[in-house]
Amino acid sequence: MTLRIVPLYPELLSIYADRGNVRVLQQRARWRGISVEVTPLALGEALDPAQTDVVLIGGGQDRDQALVAEALVAQTPALRSAIADGVPILAVCGGYQLLGHRYVDQSGRDTPGTGLIDFESHAGPTRIVGNVVVETEFDGTRHELVGFENHAGRTLLGPTVAPLGRVIIGGGNDGTGTTEGCLDGRVVGTYVHGPLLPKNPWLADQLLAWACEHRGLSTTLAPLDDQLECAAALAASALARSERR
Amino acid sequence: MVNARVTTARGLARATGAISRLTRRGGGTTLPGHVFRRLAPDGLSQLAMELTEGIVAISATNGKTTTAAMLAAIVGHDQMVCRNGAGANLLSGITTALVTRRRAATIGVLEVDEAALPAVSQQLAPTVLVLGNLFRDQLDRHGELELVADRWRVLVVTLDPATTLVLGADDPVIDGLAGLRVNVLRFGIDDPRASLTVQDAAADSTFCVRCGTAYVYDEMYLGHLGAYRCPRGDHQRGALDIVARHVRGDGIRGTRFRLDAPDGTSEVVLPLPGLYNVENALGAIAAAYALGIPTALAAARLADFHAAFGRFERIVVGDREAVLLLFKNPTGANEALRAIANDVAGAQIVLALNDRIADGRDVSWIWDIDLEGMLDTAAHVTCSGTRAAELAVRLHYSNLAVTTMTTTTSTLDAFDAAIVRAPPGGRVFVLATYTAMLDLHRALADRGLTQPFWEEQA
Ligand SMILES: [Zn+2]
Repeated sequence: MTLRIVPLYPELLSIYADRGNVRVLQQRARWRGISVEVTPLALGEALDPAQTDVVLIGGGQDRDQALVAEALVAQTPALRSAIADGVPILAVCGGYQLLGHRYVDQSGRDTPGTGLIDFESHAGPTRIVGNVVVETEFDGTRHELVGFENHAGRTLLGPTVAPLGRVIIGGGNDGTGTTEGCLDGRVVGTYVHGPLLPKNPWLADQLLAWACEHRGLSTTLAPLDDQLECAAALAASALARSERR
Repeated sequence: MVNARVTTARGLARATGAISRLTRRGGGTTLPGHVFRRLAPDGLSQLAMELTEGIVAISATNGKTTTAAMLAAIVGHDQMVCRNGAGANLLSGITTALVTRRRAATIGVLEVDEAALPAVSQQLAPTVLVLGNLFRDQLDRHGELELVADRWRVLVVTLDPATTLVLGADDPVIDGLAGLRVNVLRFGIDDPRASLTVQDAAADSTFCVRCGTAYVYDEMYLGHLGAYRCPRGDHQRGALDIVARHVRGDGIRGTRFRLDAPDGTSEVVLPLPGLYNVENALGAIAAAYALGIPTALAAARLADFHAAFGRFERIVVGDREAVLLLFKNPTGANEALRAIANDVAGAQIVLALNDRIADGRDVSWIWDIDLEGMLDTAAHVTCSGTRAAELAVRLHYSNLAVTTMTTTTSTLDAFDAAIVRAPPGGRVFVLATYTAMLDLHRALADRGLTQPFWEEQA
């Protein structure tokens, strides 16, 4: 039984080192003796939900957004069926925006998204840039997410969509420093990169556990020595808190 | 002619620079420029006209400092050169260079920040403009690559027709500028053996600048630089004027290549490693050629070129040697790692990652470095800098044995420990981001191990 990690269009969607997220998932599976394979989806290819245990969607350059959006929207039925099967999705920055209904850029151009989650985004007058700390809760446990945000988009969640967390430091979804990202079942959307998973190993393990469940593997993951990851998260959190934003 | 107000402004600005140097506060690489611009906001273009042999402006994401240093070495045999210090490449730093130039200087060789280039170029009216490459770099500061590329397109269209435009044709975005005007020189590498076997993860611009289709690369050298063509036939690398062929590397000792130019063929022996230094040398030789210097002469003068600040600078510490390499983005880091690859075994490695504005606040990019396997044979790796802990995580996920790795915030402490740990005759490689390198360099200069950074300008 091999776990399959599927990054979507990595040649276009990896502006904020999104391959770091891929590497972290892959290594954390390997270190536990779980057989794992990374099979990127290229432009023009069709996503096979049966051969997919976790989907990663990264951020891209603005100029590529329309190209990626078109390809991604074409995969909406496959993504919907994967979500229904319990496949987790992690979408960051531009990838996050494409989970919603639309993205309207500065010039007013409207790029349709997949509409998988009920929200929409539009470009604001300024970029929201800096270190981020977000407080979030998974299965009753409080966690801190740390990373970096750099986005012009302002995302407004629909009334039934829960945010991923509450902003402690940073701009978050709409720049006001209230909510960050979205969490809908096993679909995680966020503006936090850095990339996201290296400093937030608990989230990497949550995604892995869901992926294992989808593949029919044990969801009890052997503990790893996360000293370095935790030290980096603590240092980044302290740094973010020491700055005025 | 320079008017009285500009003369007064220059006098005052020079005085602040002298005071700043005497008190050793930051070397005064930008302060006189700020003062001058406050007193004479439009005076820069007048100062520029005093450089009677012309001005060469050099911009690129990677290599602008080294290219400028190489060109200064070529030109400097015959003329006094006015240069700005590495990193002092915004309007204030360039103004400082012109304000504090020696009176005998007749030619300007200036490196310019990519985002600042349009404004700087408008005031300097350069004789030669060298555009090397555009890589994803410090996005939080500059906005996205495409935005800079768009500004450069406008700049090229509005450029004085008398300016010679020197373009790094291995970069598709840069080559695409050639069609916008006449009076263009293209430089690049033509060597299938120098090509990468696998694509760099750091490749940025691999889609056609005209139609967006993915380029087919016949050769790929570093990042997205190479010999490319659009399968739909609307863009391919243009014919090269200044070309490197038969490139042969010799570890950290250097690189040789054959130079083919409109005025003949010569052999270049470059005392710097790595393909990106071949690109830098080609840019410098092409700019010199545009100034009327024969390429054979330019090639000969590069043979005893000394590395600029933090660019393979070699420092002797007792019977140990330290080699300093600046890294600031994945492409530069990949090239630096490849250049030292044959010498890593048994060496001490000090990595330093800072996240100040000049380094880029966002350190995500370390995950785009092809680190896997590159440092496995080192005797010891120390992670340092404001983001040392993140480097350690990056190395951990590259499967580097944790036992050979330590973490400390101070780069100087890391350096000292590595020197002590190295055996007699041993070597320490320091790979550091800009401000970490600056701090280390200053500390080593205080000990008399190297020249203070700002003295390089003189
Ligand atoms: Zn094309």
